Amino acid sequence: MSRPPRTQQLGLIACHACGLVCHHIVGGNEHVPCPRCGTALHRRRPDSITRAWAFLIAGLIFYIPASMLPVMYTDLLGNGSDSTIMHGIVEFWKAGSWAIAFVIFIASVAVPCAKFLVLGLLLATTQRRSRWAMRERARLYRLVELVGYWSMLDVLVVAIVSALVKFQGLSDIEPRIGILFFGMVVIFTMLSAMNFDPRLIWDADET
Amino acid sequence: MQTFSALVACEHCDSVFRRYALAPREVARCKQCQAVLYRDSRLDVNQWLALTIAAAIVFVMANTCPVIRISLQGVHSETTLWQSAVALAHGATTPIAVPTALSIIVVPFMQITLLVWVLAFARTGQRAPGFARAMRMLVVLRPWSMIEVGLLGILVAIIKLSSFLQVAPGPGAWATAALLVLTTLTARRDIHWLWEWTDPARAGGTEA
Repeated sequence: MSRPPRTQQLGLIACHACGLVCHHIVGGNEHVPCPRCGTALHRRRPDSITRAWAFLIAGLIFYIPASMLPVMYTDLLGNGSDSTIMHGIVEFWKAGSWAIAFVIFIASVAVPCAKFLVLGLLLATTQRRSRWAMRERARLYRLVELVGYWSMLDVLVVAIVSALVKFQGLSDIEPRIGILFFGMVVIFTMLSAMNFDPRLIWDADET
Repeated sequence: MQTFSALVACEHCDSVFRRYALAPREVARCKQCQAVLYRDSRLDVNQWLALTIAAAIVFVMANTCPVIRISLQGVHSETTLWQSAVALAHGATTPIAVPTALSIIVVPFMQITLLVWVLAFARTGQRAPGFARAMRMLVVLRPWSMIEVGLLGILVAIIKLSSFLQVAPGPGAWATAALLVLTTLTARRDIHWLWEWTDPARAGGTEA
C-alpha cells in the first residue's frame, strides 16, 4: 500500500492549535505564526524527545517516594495509622470490595507503571528511528493519552475523605506527603506524553 | 500565506488528506495511522450553546452543594469539591492542592465560560472578541479537565468511608454526574470547525 503524502512533501504545514493547513517552504523561517489563529507553527514539537525523556525520568524518580511514603493518616476513635497507596488497595481487598480494589489498583499502580514502560518504549524506538510496528506504536501512544490522567483518582479520594472526616477527638483523616509525590508523578507523565510528538514515529519511514 | 481549507493533516502522523463531507455520525480516520481526523458534528451551534449553558448551571450546583455527607455518632459533616481541594492545602501536601483545584474546578469553569462566549457569537456566524485567544486556550485546557476522575473519586470515597460511617451522596454528587455528561457533549467536542463556521469570507463579513 502506498502511503499518503505528508505535509513536508507537499510544501505544507499544519497548525497544531486550529488545524489549518498552510503553504510552507522547507528550511524557511520555522516560527511564522498561523495566519488564522496566530499560534507559532512548528513542523514537530520543539525538543520533543529530550523534553519527553526529562519529564518521564522526573516522574519515575517521584514514583519511588510516592509508593513508599504514606499518602494518608487515618485516626479512627483513637487508633491512628499511616497508609500507603498499596496499603489502601490491600484494605479494600481484605474487606471484600474486590471491584474497588481492582479499580484503584488499575488507576494507581497499573496505569502509572504501564505509562513508564510505554513512553520509555516509544521514546527509545523513535529516537533510534525504528520502523518496527509503527501503526501499533501510534495506537499505543493514543492509548496513553487517553488513560493517563485517571491516575489522579487517588489524589482526589484523599482530598475528599480528608475534607470529610474531621471529628475533633473522635476521628480524623489527613493527607500525607506521599500524595504530593503521587500527584507529581501523574502530572509529569502527562507532560511527558504531551511533549512526545507521535509524528516522529512516522519520520523513520522517510529515507 | 496561502492556506488550504480543503485539506486536513493528521495530527498524529502528518499525512495529508482531502476533506470530504461526512455522512451523519461518520468519523474520518487517517488511512496511515487510524487516528481520528474529524467527526461529523451531530449538534449545530444553537444546540451546542444550549448544552453548554446547561453545563454552566449544573457546574454551579456541583460546586455549591455538598458532594458527600457523613455522620458518626450523631455528628454530621459534609464537603464540597472546593473544600476537598482545600483539604490538601495543609502542611506538606499544599502544592498538590493547586493542580487538584485546577483539574476539577478551574479548568472546567474556564472551558464552559470560553465556550459560551465563543458560541454566543458563533450563532450569528461572527467571531467573538478575542476569538483566536479563546480557541487557543480551549485547546490548551482540554487535557487538564478531570471531571470524570472527580466523579469516580467521589464514588470511591463513599465506599471507602461506608465501612465505618454513615455515608450519603449529596446533591453535588448528582450534579457532578450530570456535569460529566454535559462536558463530554460540549467541551470534549472537536472545535476546529468553528473556525470555518465563523470564517468572514464564508459569512461575507468585513473582518480583514
